[in-house]
Amino acid sequence: MWLRLERRSGRSAWMALLSPAAAFALTLVTGAVLFLALGKDPVAGLYFFFVEPVTVAWSLEEVLVKMTPLALIAAGLAVCFAASVWNIGAEGQFILGAIAGSFWPVVLPDLQGPLILPLMLLSGILGGALFASLPALFRVRFGANEILTSLMLVYVAELFLDWLVRGPWRNPAGLNFPETRPFHDWASMPVIGADRLNIGFLAALAVCLLLAFALSRTFTGFGLRLSGTAPQAARFAGISRNGTIYLVMALSGGLAGLAGAMEVAGPIGQLRTQISPGYGFTAIIVAFLARLNPAGAILAAFVLSVTFIGGESAQIAIGVSDKITRVFQGILLFYVLTCDVFILHRLRWVRPVRRLAGGS
Amino acid sequence: MTDERIPLLEAVEVTKRFGSFVANDRVSLRLFGGEVHALLGENGAGKSTLVKCFFGINRPDGGSIRWRGQAVEVASPAKARELGIGMVFQHFSLFDALTVAENIAVALPMSMSVARVAGELAAISARYGLPLKPDAVVADLSAGERQRVEIVRCLMQNPDLIIMDEPTSVLTPQEVEDLFAMLQQLTAEGRAILYISHKLDEVRRLCQRATVLRLGKVVADCDPAQVPKAELARMMVGETVHAARPAGLAQAGEDALVVDRLSLPAASLFGTDLREISFSLPAGRVSAIAGIAGNGQSELFAALSGERPCAPDTAIRLFGRPAGRLGIVERRRMNADFISEDRLGHATAPDLTLGENILVTRAKTDPALLNRGVLVMRRAAAISDRIRKAFDVRTAARDPLARALSGGNLQKYVVGRAVDRDPALLVVNQPTWGVDAGAAAHIRRTLVDLAKNGAAILVISQDLDEIYEIADRIAVLCAGRLSDFHPAAGLTAERIGLMMSGSGGPAAGQVAHHVA
Repeated sequence: MWLRLERRSGRSAWMALLSPAAAFALTLVTGAVLFLALGKDPVAGLYFFFVEPVTVAWSLEEVLVKMTPLALIAAGLAVCFAASVWNIGAEGQFILGAIAGSFWPVVLPDLQGPLILPLMLLSGILGGALFASLPALFRVRFGANEILTSLMLVYVAELFLDWLVRGPWRNPAGLNFPETRPFHDWASMPVIGADRLNIGFLAALAVCLLLAFALSRTFTGFGLRLSGTAPQAARFAGISRNGTIYLVMALSGGLAGLAGAMEVAGPIGQLRTQISPGYGFTAIIVAFLARLNPAGAILAAFVLSVTFIGGESAQIAIGVSDKITRVFQGILLFYVLTCDVFILHRLRWVRPVRRLAGGS
Repeated sequence: MTDERIPLLEAVEVTKRFGSFVANDRVSLRLFGGEVHALLGENGAGKSTLVKCFFGINRPDGGSIRWRGQAVEVASPAKARELGIGMVFQHFSLFDALTVAENIAVALPMSMSVARVAGELAAISARYGLPLKPDAVVADLSAGERQRVEIVRCLMQNPDLIIMDEPTSVLTPQEVEDLFAMLQQLTAEGRAILYISHKLDEVRRLCQRATVLRLGKVVADCDPAQVPKAELARMMVGETVHAARPAGLAQAGEDALVVDRLSLPAASLFGTDLREISFSLPAGRVSAIAGIAGNGQSELFAALSGERPCAPDTAIRLFGRPAGRLGIVERRRMNADFISEDRLGHATAPDLTLGENILVTRAKTDPALLNRGVLVMRRAAAISDRIRKAFDVRTAARDPLARALSGGNLQKYVVGRAVDRDPALLVVNQPTWGVDAGAAAHIRRTLVDLAKNGAAILVISQDLDEIYEIADRIAVLCAGRLSDFHPAAGLTAERIGLMMSGSGGPAAGQVAHHVA
């Protein structure tokens, strides 16, 4: 007897529903084993990691704050991945968006008024979109793999941010700390929660729902999906592959840039050398956990946001390394991709044929 | 019959299942030395599954296989070769970058040097009249020559039984004659040949016995020469096949499409350049372009459909208007439509449902399908239902994924999706490629009916029987050049065959035709 992976005749509706739940459950089991191996109580570990963050009002609000950029970036990436364009550089586009948005309050701090915030957000979108158009251009013109180029541009963005904040944009009144001047009030996101939750959260929810509708119900969305799953059929439908690559890269980059601008105009309030705990990379996991459905990105972003907060609380409560967050995120992505295989495939026990009936 | 003789190979109630699907249901068959035995059936009848059981690729779930009267278990192709069974596959399994001798050497035991293979190859080539240069690179060979390599490779093992899977599907008429002569020589030496085909004329001419499979079961065992062709076809299909008749309008209409000195360099390394192609398509006629695939068919289709727009704009005129630079959507909007060769992946997206696949070609041409950019899925599903009914597309579910359909059913859907628009111009590339006889007849009838109603039809096909069945005018595409169109009546298959193989150029074709 051995196991064989067979293609199903169609999509399994059951597995499609079950897969994210199964992936999450398997992550919990593996996490428990991991805590045991570290000599920690697995029940307590999982409690601090996954439950405690949603039991306290303060940390629940913090979960929503952190899921805002995750959902926004992941919604764009979901559209991008649905078109089989692999933008891995959302982290860099997030940073460029933050830089472009910061231009107004940092370089022109005397320019104030109600138009500043919209201007910042628009600049953020533009910055991220243009930065993401680079890998698109390389792909279309030279056939360069966008996975590599978009990833490499992340390091360019990080170093550029570092140089800006330590150099020309450093706060003149900031005691030489590598920070820009704090943003003035006109350049800050209106807060809607008790502490740091701002209207960006609502914007992220709206964008996710809007993109979900556009991807599933408009011709443009249909064309993107077609281009991703059946490129020849897309050409037959008159849809340009190059146009699709530019569109989804600019869209996902623009949303990452918007998330970046909202992050510095919101919870952070200034530009620093570190402005993201890896939102751009974690959003890739969010997009896959959401099965490339922008609306699903809302729930998936919540789950991944919990792992950020949970990682911190587990670090404080039971003394595990802060690397545990990345470990959990990696395990979750691994199981999501594994479980998704079973939507289109199934395992079967195969019995080797010993001898033919009637043979002697 | 000669039942007292011991058969070379005997299949006794061989059954092969794939999951719940029974591909071969208690199939029994007896092959004798010195005979060409046909295995007839539509696509999906279980022919390939059965011979794969003989050749050790499939393992039967029931029944037995006897070789020279002894029950045997054919566990692998190596075991099959050891017994004396050789197989020539429908799809060639040759390495393009290697020479003929190297390709043959890789299939033989390691101990044989390439030089020794080349020597034996020359001997076999001479003996069976299979001219082959041992040091020619396979990439440079024609389809017929590649098949020769496969056959010689098979003969190097000196088999007693040779299984041939659809050997003539890629050959010109002349190459078919050469193949038949060689097969007769092989049987004269006492070898048996199992000949898989759905081409009835060939089988009736060549084969002493025929086993007809339908839906995995043996429906007849006969001498094909003694059975009328229509009867054989009925056995295969299970229903009477109506042949389409070329019967366009009494008068050809105006030209729907005029192509003027269209030249287009190949898009890929292995493509074919189109050179100075000029022709026109009158309304009310089925025009056909014959030729072996790979001579520019895909490139011509891409240029005509607008998948690859071309310059100058006047190289292609649609209904009198320059259209060379227009994309496929604009050309569809001018009431032209196109059916590509590859139905799964090109004409349809495999993982979309039939309803969603309506949108692939029609979302931008049918205003009812788009409401300010938002898809009206209900309408798409209704159109899909209408097509399924009108074109007899058989599906297990109401709106299945395109990949779940059989080749014939999906092709009927693809043709129906275009014909349902009532186009004034329809360009079809290989309309019935790999489609069973029933569906093929249905599709051909549909195309002829569309022409009768005044549409201009262009069929690009390598199937000469099909072209003769439906076309009013015929041209041949060879190495990216197109001959003139000739009336189908009076153009012999030999003439077309010569033009297809490149030995009779367009000019020769013109001269030859002025008879009728």
